[in-house]
Amino acid sequence: MNQPVPLVEMRNISKHFGGLQALTDACLDLYPGEVVGVLGHNGAGKSTLMKILAGAQSASSGEILINGDVADIQDPNDARSYGIETIYQELALCGNLDAPSNLFMGRELHKWGFLRRRAMRRETAEALSKLNIRIKSLETDVEMMSGGQRQSISISRAVHFDAKIIIMDEPTAALGMEESKKVVDLIQDLKEHGIGILWISHDIHDVYNFTDRIVIFHGGQNVVSAKTKDFTQDEIVSMIISGTPVKKETSL
Amino acid sequence: MTMFEKIRAYPLTWIVIVALVLAVALTLASPYFLTAGNINNLLKQVSIVAILAAGQAMVIITGGIDLSVGSVLALSAVTIGWLIQADVDPLIATFAGLAMGTLCGFINGFIITRGRIAPFIVTLGMLGIARGMALVITGGVSYQILEPFFMTIGNSKFLGLPIPIYFVIVTYLVVHIVMHYRVFGQHIYAIGGEERVARLQGIKVDREKLKVYTISGFLAALAAVVMTGRLAATPPSVAQGIELQAIAAVIIGGISFTGGRGLVLTALVGALIMAMITNGLNILGISSFWQQVLIGVVIIAAVWLDNLKSAARQ
Repeated sequence: MNQPVPLVEMRNISKHFGGLQALTDACLDLYPGEVVGVLGHNGAGKSTLMKILAGAQSASSGEILINGDVADIQDPNDARSYGIETIYQELALCGNLDAPSNLFMGRELHKWGFLRRRAMRRETAEALSKLNIRIKSLETDVEMMSGGQRQSISISRAVHFDAKIIIMDEPTAALGMEESKKVVDLIQDLKEHGIGILWISHDIHDVYNFTDRIVIFHGGQNVVSAKTKDFTQDEIVSMIISGTPVKKETSL
Repeated sequence: MTMFEKIRAYPLTWIVIVALVLAVALTLASPYFLTAGNINNLLKQVSIVAILAAGQAMVIITGGIDLSVGSVLALSAVTIGWLIQADVDPLIATFAGLAMGTLCGFINGFIITRGRIAPFIVTLGMLGIARGMALVITGGVSYQILEPFFMTIGNSKFLGLPIPIYFVIVTYLVVHIVMHYRVFGQHIYAIGGEERVARLQGIKVDREKLKVYTISGFLAALAAVVMTGRLAATPPSVAQGIELQAIAAVIIGGISFTGGRGLVLTALVGALIMAMITNGLNILGISSFWQQVLIGVVIIAAVWLDNLKSAARQ
């Protein structure tokens, strides 16, 4: 009876680009402290749904509830004001700028429009050290850094602004083994702080090990939503491919 | 970084050294170069291109280009001339001229952001439109402007320096502060670095770009005020092709043509280097045909050197 209120509830989201139907009545929910693996082929609609939640695109129809209240998300700033942060696969950083500039991009600290560079540098140093990230010089342009360092900046950006909901689009794709492990550790840590995480990934092994629940998209709809451990890895793969739930006597 | 490394990495350092070397060479080549009269002349020559280059640098740092500044300058000048001819107060005429340039810049920015049309194309269109309007308004006639206000701008000095130089100094001071101390400037660099990222991070890319093109239009009009003072007239054919000089100044300064990188102050030094080449070769009695060749070589060499530098960095 006393079910907690979901952090995010996306109801009947549809999206079409001209004649192309990308999403048809897609639904998704996410609870505090939960890691949900968002799975599906390329073009299954999962990325579009995530972009809608992040404010990078707007839905043609449907509604989004945050903590049970209807949310109006028109652009990335709206999403951020609801505590939604996104870590993009393609590393959403400007290579020509340094770490503080990237961390505070679009919400620079300022006084009457004048940048507070020193404050931003100090907060960046704190944010990075909180995540155990070492970067030689904060004045170095981000393009001079390794993939892992850059991803760390993306992640600390999300964490620094008190995210309640983090969307991770292939967070470990650009990383080496050791760096991936760091990200995974971080996700566990965020989870313990009650943050909800949507994890888009093609790495079925990671998904299987680190998510609580999976949602599988196919043809612009969510076709499966279940506890990760109710299935085997093979079953999940076959559901992604076929787009139909594997019949089980026990569950559902 | 040590102090020395910081100085070495500062974009202004190398270009200032190049300018100084050029100045020393010209001084050695001709005793006339370093006379007060010639330096004043040089500074007056450089002022118009320098003001345009400041706006152009901002536009280029966003990853765009503004080809219309020469024509917008002419249209602003003609607006001033036409109004003064019609007995309007010169100060009001000046404000109207500034408003005209600003409006042209705003229209550029509006069409670029709303119409999703490449800046090259939109500003190429405006190059034709503004020049054509300047000719339409005047019927091709140049008005003589003998108002004291403009004579002062064109011919007077303050503390030993020609008045146009103060226009340049104020322009670069303001633009430098905007680019490096204001949130707006930070957004300009982000947009030029990776526009898609800037958008995803919640920067209002279209609004910021609109502002940048509007500023470029305003600065073209400001250059028109200086130009009107210097010529004591507003010929509608004035400043043809000057946009290419402004772009060249920006590039020689080392501002990346692909956007996101560079210091606006270097465009001022770039403009000075070009003016010194022209002025120096004039003094040395070398034909103006050769001047064009040399400036062409300098533009290409500047970009090549810059590429070598960034290759060395990586």
